[in-house]
Amino acid sequence: MEPFTCFTAAAVPMDQDNIDTDQILPARHLMMPRDERYGGYVFKDLRLDQDGNEIESFILNQDGFRPSRIIVAAHNFGCGSSREGAVFTLVDAGFRAIIATSFGDIFYNNSFNNGLLPVVLPEETVQLLRQQLHEGAGAEVTVDLEAQTVTGPDQSVYPFEIDAHRRNRLLKGLDAVGYTLQYVYDITTFEGQYSDDAPWELSTAQQ
Amino acid sequence: MAQPRSLFKKIWDRHSITTNEAGQSLLFIDRHFCHELSFHAFNMLHGNNRTVRHPERTFAIPDHYTPTTGLNDTDYVDADTQALVQNLISNAERNKLNLFGLGDERRGIIHVVGPEQGITQPGTIIVCGDSHTSTHGALGALAFGIGASDVSHVLATQTLWQPKPKSMRVTVTGKRPTGVTAKDVILTIIGHIGAAGGTGHVIEYAGSAIQELSVDERLTVCNMSIEAGARAGMIAPDDTTYNYLRGRPFAPQGNDWEQAEEFWRSLPTDEGATFDREETLDATSIEPMVTWGTSPEDVLPVGASIPDPASETDPKRQDALHRKMDYMGLIPGQPISDIKVDRVFIGSCTNSRIEDLRDAANILNGRTARIPAIIVPGSGLIRAQAEQEGLDKVFEAAGVEWRPAAGCSMCIGVNGDFVKNEERCASTSNRNFEGRQGRGARTHLVSPAMAAAAAVTGHFTDVRKMEKN
Ligand code: SF4
Repeated sequence: MEPFTCFTAAAVPMDQDNIDTDQILPARHLMMPRDERYGGYVFKDLRLDQDGNEIESFILNQDGFRPSRIIVAAHNFGCGSSREGAVFTLVDAGFRAIIATSFGDIFYNNSFNNGLLPVVLPEETVQLLRQQLHEGAGAEVTVDLEAQTVTGPDQSVYPFEIDAHRRNRLLKGLDAVGYTLQYVYDITTFEGQYSDDAPWELSTAQQ
Repeated sequence: MAQPRSLFKKIWDRHSITTNEAGQSLLFIDRHFCHELSFHAFNMLHGNNRTVRHPERTFAIPDHYTPTTGLNDTDYVDADTQALVQNLISNAERNKLNLFGLGDERRGIIHVVGPEQGITQPGTIIVCGDSHTSTHGALGALAFGIGASDVSHVLATQTLWQPKPKSMRVTVTGKRPTGVTAKDVILTIIGHIGAAGGTGHVIEYAGSAIQELSVDERLTVCNMSIEAGARAGMIAPDDTTYNYLRGRPFAPQGNDWEQAEEFWRSLPTDEGATFDREETLDATSIEPMVTWGTSPEDVLPVGASIPDPASETDPKRQDALHRKMDYMGLIPGQPISDIKVDRVFIGSCTNSRIEDLRDAANILNGRTARIPAIIVPGSGLIRAQAEQEGLDKVFEAAGVEWRPAAGCSMCIGVNGDFVKNEERCASTSNRNFEGRQGRGARTHLVSPAMAAAAAVTGHFTDVRKMEKN
């Protein structure tokens, strides 16, 4: 996984609440293996009509916003299904950070496993950022994980909170399983105690 | 005296192996379910030369891509979907997982099969690469959906790192009126707290209207917790739970059962335990509900009318309303009961259990469907039970298609059963997102009885007005 320290890129405002994982990656494309095609499916049904032509009104189809690599969304981005494909497609399309007032929990979690940084900021800030981006297509935003700050197009700096464990993993690009396997002694000890306490529990699982 | 603890807290504490510097807990996972879309996780596992730590705790069940007309080669919509199903089966065999494969009568939708087989038990932690894993909380488990990387983590370590979620209790008081189902209860809750209302929280459903629900009904309620944004939903185990579980194949037997039940009885939330958030609803005011928009929070009683964007003052909200109306092909202010329906789907992990099928049969009995409707049982065993009760005959006589093979079907529309562009579907599933049931599909979420009523009348109809025939 690619580490994330500080990232500056053009950002695109997406005003709708509840952009769900079906909008990010429609279910019909879930069976694809992870390969070079993945990024091409991002926001597929919002971007392209039935015949594969671009839908003009969709913001990422507007020239000034095409190069965007950061999304500034609204409420509840990535709600819905657990499909990690929604994160794969965003990452493979080049997005490295999403800023919103809230995220779907599973999407939020999945992001950290793929080097995508979800940033939660207060409503006024997110609204202001979106407004500035609408006014100046192609404007840049900086997301600094080390400093835990977002810098807007007007150079205003906004601090954000993030769980220290997730931050650390992202900064180092750590493999989660490798990290957990350092705890294998604790896991084994726990399992021994657990089956002593509830012998019926394991016997039923092993049927 | 010990601090009073909630059901959630008791399960969390019992499974916490250790905590790290950031306050995350390393949780032990009791049961893990896999379906076809777990293939990314198996690829990650095998790609890193890792093995499954506890194959006996993992259950593989194909459900998303399996056809519902039968399980012959010709029933599959294409070779790719069949290959995906086969891929799960070979991953299960390679890793010696529990497998309910094709031709196994127990096979069905994971969230239906887990409880039905007694794999889902009170006090356990259950995960699956599927957001509707929250369903299993109905039996007093802590159950939540995870992504592919986490699935591969669970396969390799039988654990997960989790920051502690916040807790919320939703208390539903009073008694639910006749004609109002568990689906209407949960849709009302979602309408009340919103699609992001539960974000970051685990919800415990409590109160008299919840206690009196059957297990099938509780499963419907917990299923849609994720539609309120919650990580998980749960209901304290009680006699209803134990009576349901006793004798199920994977439930503890004999002396084991006694010990298990004693432990389970210690799980319900202690008097005085506190929650980060409390919500209360009155069951007596709940009505049969219909979603009209593209988020489950866009829900209204069947007697209401579609909102009018013109009466919305906030321009952003007005815009959002216009967009939903456009997508759904609705007229502002239109009464919901005037909306014509093109097709009906009864099934999914929300509403494909035997009681759901009985509810639908009750409405369809002696009546005829005017529009195409399919009913897909949640598992092979439910199919057998329904046929034993003669429900299939009722469906056939009503001109409704009774599908022989269980699975997710039109809920997600990836196995060949999908809703066509701009077609309007009354569906008992859980998501009305744009494109969820097929590109351009217009989904209205309803209970099985309401779906059956729509099949008969061709538009949304208040079931309370047609209960008797
Ligand atoms: S029935 Fe629908 S919601 Fe349930 S597991 Fe299948 S696809 Fe997911």
